[in-house]
Amino acid sequence: MAWEVVIGLEIHAQLATKSKIFSGASTAYGAEPNTQACAVDLGLPGVLPVLNKEAVRMAAKFGLAIGANVSRRSVFARKNYFYPDLPKGYQISQMELPIVETGQLEIELEDGSSKIVGITRAHLEEDAGKSMHGDFHGMTGIDLNRAGTPLLEIVSEPDMRSAKEAVAYMKKIHSLVQYLEICDGNMQEGSFRCDANVSVRPAGQKEYGTRAELKNINSFRFVEKAIDIEVERQIDLIEAGGKVVQETRLYDSDKNETRSMRSKEEANDYRYFPDPDLLPVVIEESFLDEVKSTLPELPDEKRQRFVQAFSLSSYDAAVLTASRELADYFERVTQVAGGEAKLAANWVAGDLMGALNKVGQEIAESPVSAEMLGGMIKRIQDNTISGKIAKEVFEAMWQGEGDADTVIEARGLKQITDSSAIEPVIDDIIANNPGQVEQYRGGKDKLFGFFVGQVMKATQGKANPQQVNELLKQKLSG
Amino acid sequence: MHNKSIAELSQGLASGEFSSAELTRVYLDRIEKHNAGLNALVSVTADEATAAAQLADQTRQAGNAGLLTGVPLIHKDIFCTEGVKTSCGSKMLDNFIAPYDATVVAKCKAAGMPMLGKANMDEFAMGSSNETSFYGPVKNPWDIETVPGGSSGGSAAVVAARLAPIATGTDTGGSIRQPAALCGITGLKPTYGRVSRYGMIAFASSLDQAGPMTRSAEDAAWLLNIMAGFDERDSTSVERDVPDYTAALNNDLQGLKIGLPKEYFGEGLDADVGRVVDAAIKQYQQMGAELVDISLPNSNLSVPTYYVVAPAECSSNLSRFDGVRFGYRCEDPQDLEDLYKRSRGEGFGAEVKRRIMIGTYALSAGYYDAYYLKAQQLRQLISDDFKQAFKKVDVIMGPTAPDVAFKLGAKASDPVSMYLSDIYTIATNLAGLPGMSIPAGFVAGSKGDMPVGLQIIGQYFDESRLLNVAHQFQLATDWHQRTPAGFE
Repeated sequence: MAWEVVIGLEIHAQLATKSKIFSGASTAYGAEPNTQACAVDLGLPGVLPVLNKEAVRMAAKFGLAIGANVSRRSVFARKNYFYPDLPKGYQISQMELPIVETGQLEIELEDGSSKIVGITRAHLEEDAGKSMHGDFHGMTGIDLNRAGTPLLEIVSEPDMRSAKEAVAYMKKIHSLVQYLEICDGNMQEGSFRCDANVSVRPAGQKEYGTRAELKNINSFRFVEKAIDIEVERQIDLIEAGGKVVQETRLYDSDKNETRSMRSKEEANDYRYFPDPDLLPVVIEESFLDEVKSTLPELPDEKRQRFVQAFSLSSYDAAVLTASRELADYFERVTQVAGGEAKLAANWVAGDLMGALNKVGQEIAESPVSAEMLGGMIKRIQDNTISGKIAKEVFEAMWQGEGDADTVIEARGLKQITDSSAIEPVIDDIIANNPGQVEQYRGGKDKLFGFFVGQVMKATQGKANPQQVNELLKQKLSG
Repeated sequence: MHNKSIAELSQGLASGEFSSAELTRVYLDRIEKHNAGLNALVSVTADEATAAAQLADQTRQAGNAGLLTGVPLIHKDIFCTEGVKTSCGSKMLDNFIAPYDATVVAKCKAAGMPMLGKANMDEFAMGSSNETSFYGPVKNPWDIETVPGGSSGGSAAVVAARLAPIATGTDTGGSIRQPAALCGITGLKPTYGRVSRYGMIAFASSLDQAGPMTRSAEDAAWLLNIMAGFDERDSTSVERDVPDYTAALNNDLQGLKIGLPKEYFGEGLDADVGRVVDAAIKQYQQMGAELVDISLPNSNLSVPTYYVVAPAECSSNLSRFDGVRFGYRCEDPQDLEDLYKRSRGEGFGAEVKRRIMIGTYALSAGYYDAYYLKAQQLRQLISDDFKQAFKKVDVIMGPTAPDVAFKLGAKASDPVSMYLSDIYTIATNLAGLPGMSIPAGFVAGSKGDMPVGLQIIGQYFDESRLLNVAHQFQLATDWHQRTPAGFE
């Protein structure tokens, strides 16, 4: 039987506010346990939450960016359950009236097509602390530094039909929140993580199958693997006559399997009700206008502009706009290189990204700055160096030998463009290779490459290739 | 000295007639002498009070004294006090020392007011008799075989017995006004949002409000001047100017329209109490006020509505007491669930557990709409009743409680009858309105006269008028001056 996969994602993006959503404590990552938890985060008796306006601004920004309805009135609710790293015994979240409702996002698929994914809602909530199970002599340690960190939970419609689509959607959201500068996107530190609701149904069936929720997946690769393995499990189960039960499952990346955490029957009754300590969040039109004015150029707009303004292919434009830093880097390179967009695109998306990927670095950490790369491209453009020599210059810049001009000067890589300097070299080669000359003149065109190679070898690659071609053609035909 | 009003104490301190150290000593001596019999205090902070009094005297010598600098007080043990145990009347917090001061406490401290101790109360403010306290019941100074009311019973008793000139209390369903009535003192529950709740251990967040408990309306005005105001740490406190609450005290009451809700004078009201209240209202008529019969048709819904809303909120508010970070923790927990179950099972008393269970039930999936949501709708109806009434009248009056103080243990095993002690006060909390109780007269009891409270309810943020209305009555009567036998 043919099966259709149905996936919806709940993404938790940690908002990049300086202080927590309901207290003044810092949100910085990596501090000593419990040094960034104040009385409010600890849930001490008598303390009260006060909403961080910056978190509201960021949520509104996201809402505007996905064309959603930013609610003029949203309400915080308490989600009640007991857990040692949940200090108050409830999490402050939003239930019935979230701050963002009904948006959408277009994703690009590998086959070049695109697809709209609906976003049901996005709501503000506080994160819990962390339970640490190692190293406490059989006890559990609690670190409440993360407690109260603002999260935006972004809930999609069940619109995705494969793990690849889910990953494309997740990457798109990941890119968007960074464009908006509302989340640092750091997945290792847990700033961006996702739960996946996965079900299968016979192709053509209208009703959804029973779903399983895969919890807390924090890498693109694991999302794809977890969904694929869960889909396989569900199909195998059904085909063997079994039934999928609604439950929460955990993905184990070591064993590449999902396993049950708790079933629907064991699920908590969270007893949501409006938090009486917080007033409804009322958003004025003027506030929204102000937020709107701070919206940056969004990835899709930027991609289109790159296609139009720089005559880039849609693919190149998509690669270069995957992150705001990369897009900014590319634009700076192009600017320094005097508008050589195509060349800049090739170098940024090709050699630079390749080199960065090899060492696992981000664009921001690149040893070759946009100014350096742009400067090098300028030298290709003005024929100071050839494209081939440029590879050597790039490598030297990467190794820290200075900018392009410094490297060219120090290594003597300046291209020979003076014909009177190239001609004697060509004459020598023709004189020393009479056999090849005869064969070439006899119709063996392929040998042309041999002569080019000889000339380049003799000039250590510095002769201008175009000039070499022209002069060789002239002399060999003579 | 212990019979002086706050104005007189302020004057005496300013003129150098006595020092804060002397004044504080007088009250500490009275506490030493009388508290054992009343059980009104959970903590006596004699050393801290003495040090604070000396500091207040220095402040005065340096010429920096405010009106209340050096006037001592007692805080209900629901307010967090840095370095001093804050028990909230519970075994759960018997070991809890807050690392910070509640805003109300900080404001009183900043005003230079020494804290004499912390008042006993019903556990987590849940009760109307002070019998649910882990520390045992407070005794009513008018008859120590009767209850002082609750939950601010300790605060009411210390003021009635002159163990402190003034005290703070909190009122969720009548917890300032009902004990004020039963102990013959003046108590004011301000408009919801008038006084910061920060550092006040939450019972029902949408209803809780702190206020002054004093001998007279004038004293209450003085203390409210210190307590009231917006607090950026409490989102539900209201950003609104604080008037000088003493400014309008002496306005005359000519033409004041007093609404008398028929629902507050019907079945359930003790006949003797009713006569005292009637007489007090007549007094107002003589002072030039006009009496208007009104109706608050949804009054009968107040108690059931309250007993959904308040337990629902408390079931969530009290979740933080889990034995993990502070408070009581059971011995040798076997695992996490055992830790939760036994810490909470052993740390909370019966009434608190009852309300947590009611509230948990009311919020459960499948019951939420029928209970919590319905209660919210009724709450709106109850508020609307008052809105309609205040189109016709300036204040509403009636009894504070249906009866005088009852015997200890008389209602302890009958929660519903206990809940009905607050039948006249609860609606005010549900609507968020300010309400006050003042001594209206006395009813003969087995051991002597027992005080009766007159309740005065006002419009939102109309505390100045309530205080004015109460003060004018107190100028014409001396019920509020009477002292229980043995505490003169």
